[in-house]
Formats: sequence, C-alpha cells, structure tokens
Amino acid sequence: MNKTDWPLYEVFIRSRHGLSHKHVGSVHAADETMAMENARELYTRRNEGTSIWVVASSAISASAPEQKDAMFTSPVEKIYRHPSFYQLPASVDKM
Amino acid sequence: MYAQMVETGVKKVKDRADMDANEAAFMLQIDAEDKIEPQSWMPEAYRKTLVRQISQHAHSEIIGMQPEGNWLTRAPTLKRKLQLAAKIQDECGHGLYLYSAAETLGTSRAQMLDDLHTGKAKYSSIFNYPTLSWADIGAVGWLVDGAAIVNQVMLQRTSYGPYARAMVRICKEESFHQRQGYELLLTMMQQGTQAQKDMVQDSINRLWWPSLMMFGPTDDESPNSAQSIAWKIKRKGNDEIRQQFIDQTIPQLEVLGCTVPDPDLKWNEATGHYDFGAIDWAEFFAVIKGNGPCNKQRLERKVASHEAGAWVRDAAIAYANKQANKQANKQSNANKVA
Repeated sequence: MNKTDWPLYEVFIRSRHGLSHKHVGSVHAADETMAMENARELYTRRNEGTSIWVVASSAISASAPEQKDAMFTSPVEKIYRHPSFYQLPASVDKM
Repeated sequence: MYAQMVETGVKKVKDRADMDANEAAFMLQIDAEDKIEPQSWMPEAYRKTLVRQISQHAHSEIIGMQPEGNWLTRAPTLKRKLQLAAKIQDECGHGLYLYSAAETLGTSRAQMLDDLHTGKAKYSSIFNYPTLSWADIGAVGWLVDGAAIVNQVMLQRTSYGPYARAMVRICKEESFHQRQGYELLLTMMQQGTQAQKDMVQDSINRLWWPSLMMFGPTDDESPNSAQSIAWKIKRKGNDEIRQQFIDQTIPQLEVLGCTVPDPDLKWNEATGHYDFGAIDWAEFFAVIKGNGPCNKQRLERKVASHEAGAWVRDAAIAYANKQANKQANKQSNANKVA
C-alpha cells in the first residue's frame, strides 16, 4: 500500500462581506488545480465565500512558539498606542 | 461523536507534583484555557491520545456514510434524495476536517487510513448497525446526529486548537442533519399510513439503545476519562452527556407520538432528569470488538473502495509530476536561449 500523501495546501477564503481572505483549513491534492477544486468542494458548500486562495503548506513560514515573548511583549506594554489611553473631557470624548 | 473509549496510556491521572517544568507549564496553559497549538510543547501521552481520538472521530464520519448511502438510490422523492446526498457529503467533509486536524499532530493521512483498513483503529459502534428501512435514515439524523451534536458542542471547547476549530465548523453543519432527520420522521408520523408509522416506531426501537451507547461506557475507575478531562480534551463525563441527550430527546419523542423501548424511562421530579433503564454493555463491547451486525461489511466496503480508487490517485500524481517536469524543462530551455 502506498503510504505517501499528496502535498498539503492551506486554504483561505474571502467571505462576501469585504473582509480579507481568512484561513479555513487545509486539503491534500496532487497539484494546485486539484487543490483549488478540493477546497471548493470542502470549504464552500454553503455559500461561504467569493474567492479562494490555496497555498502549498511548505511555502508558509511561521513564527515559533518560543519566539512569542520576543515578538509580542513589547506592543503589550505600549498602551499609549491605543485611543483609550488618552483621557478627554466628557464633552469631546466621542472623538 | 464519535470517539468512544479513547485510550490515554496512563494508569492514573498524573499528579502535578510529579511533573517536570515543561509539563507543569503545559498544565498552566490548560488551566488558563489557552488553546494548545501544533507547535506548542505537549506531553507525548496528550499527543497520542489526541491522535487516537481525532482519527477515531474522522473514521466514524467516513464509515458513517455507508449506512446512509444504503438508501440514497431508494429515497422516496427527489427532494429527500438531494437532502440525503448533501448530508452524506457533509459527513465526508467532516472526516476530512478531522484528518487535517490530526495531521497537525505529526501523523500522516496515509497512516491513519492504513490503521483503519487493517482494523487497528476504531470507529463509533453505532455505524455497525444496519439501516433496514427508510425510517432509519430519519432516525439516524435525529438520534445519531443528535447524540453526536451533544458531544461535539462540548468538544468545541476542547483544549487542542485545530480540533476545537474543526468542531465549530462541524457543529454549524450538523444541525441541518438532525433537523432533516426529525422532519422526515414527523412527516411519516403525521401524513403516513399505519404501515409507515409502524416503520418509524420500529426504527426507534432498534436505534435507541445503540444511540445511548455512542457516549461510551459509564465513567468508572478507568483513568482514561478522568485524564482526558484533566487535559480538557473532554469537558464532560460520558454519563453527564448521555443524560443531557436523553433529557433533550424525550420531549421531541413525545411530539412525534412515539415511544422508546425502555420500560424504566420516566421523569424524575426530584433530580430534574429522566431516569432510564440499564444499558446492555455486553452488546456494546461485542460491537466494539468487531462482532456487531455490520462490522465486517463496513470495513470490507471501505477497503474495496480505497483499492478501487488507487489507479485514480496514481494517475493524478503522475499527471502532476509530468506537468511539473514540462514546466521545469521549459524553464531550463528558456535559460539556455538567454
């Protein structure tokens, strides 16, 4: 029995509401054309989208969990980057 | 639902004092309801338990297409046929979402299929019962998918991120399955002949107990359920979700105007739950061990279909390789010309 899987592709779908393509899952396929067909069958059976991207999983670079602190701690401390940091008088607070 | 009796490989739930720094940190993440993701550190036993549970769940979705497919060509109307085809396609899709989730743990799809085909991996006992009449299609949707929903709603909060996300998607689709099944039975009960009504009752009589067995054995001294709950893979015990299923199903049964084959079933004012009779666990274990009415047939059908499709898979990969080579040659010729 052949125990090798077809390559893995990640699937991204843009919904009708003008949002970005969002990751929804993955499919195995022999090539990109089949990956697109499989993604359509598997992830858009109920009108979920208006556009599909498929990307070979091997083409994605991801941050490692141990980099979490180095990469994301600094913005957490920079609370002055958020509008709620700035206290204004009630009369103009809807700004 | 589809995972019953998942082995965790532990003899007792591990004490926190016995954990190393990695495992202690992992448990803190679990306590904080942070999802565990594919690249996160996790105890080997947690990883193995998840692979067993998710693949068992996936296999159940895939094998579950067979009892329903049995009636596809004999659906009474075109409308019912389309609905059933859509439901079966969903089950296949659920299997594929789940295989993908299991693959993030480092197992391959080919390995999981091989384990199913060689009988090493299990699937839910319920799919080893036959669908003998059209009413069984309704009862499967209402009772079997209904039981699955109770389990899967709980699993939306499971601690492993990819499994939880697959469950969210599956639960959205599963509701259609249960409603179409119930509506099918209701139509037979409200508009059918006496023979059709009898068919509905007969179907419930046969599928009621096997549906209750879907939740797995009673939570006992076995450490598996307790360990899964400690890891928050499972969020509730088998008995708790079985009771929840019975409590929500009996009022629906009454609207149908049917009964269940359990003389001990009655509302208990004091507990606020239905009491019910003893489950025949000997039957459950016999089916799990391979001696149910359809075990042999289900597995043979799955293996035959996989083998019959081998040439299609081979042809697709040969074509893809040929196209890739052509592209590479074109590129290298263009480079030479330049």
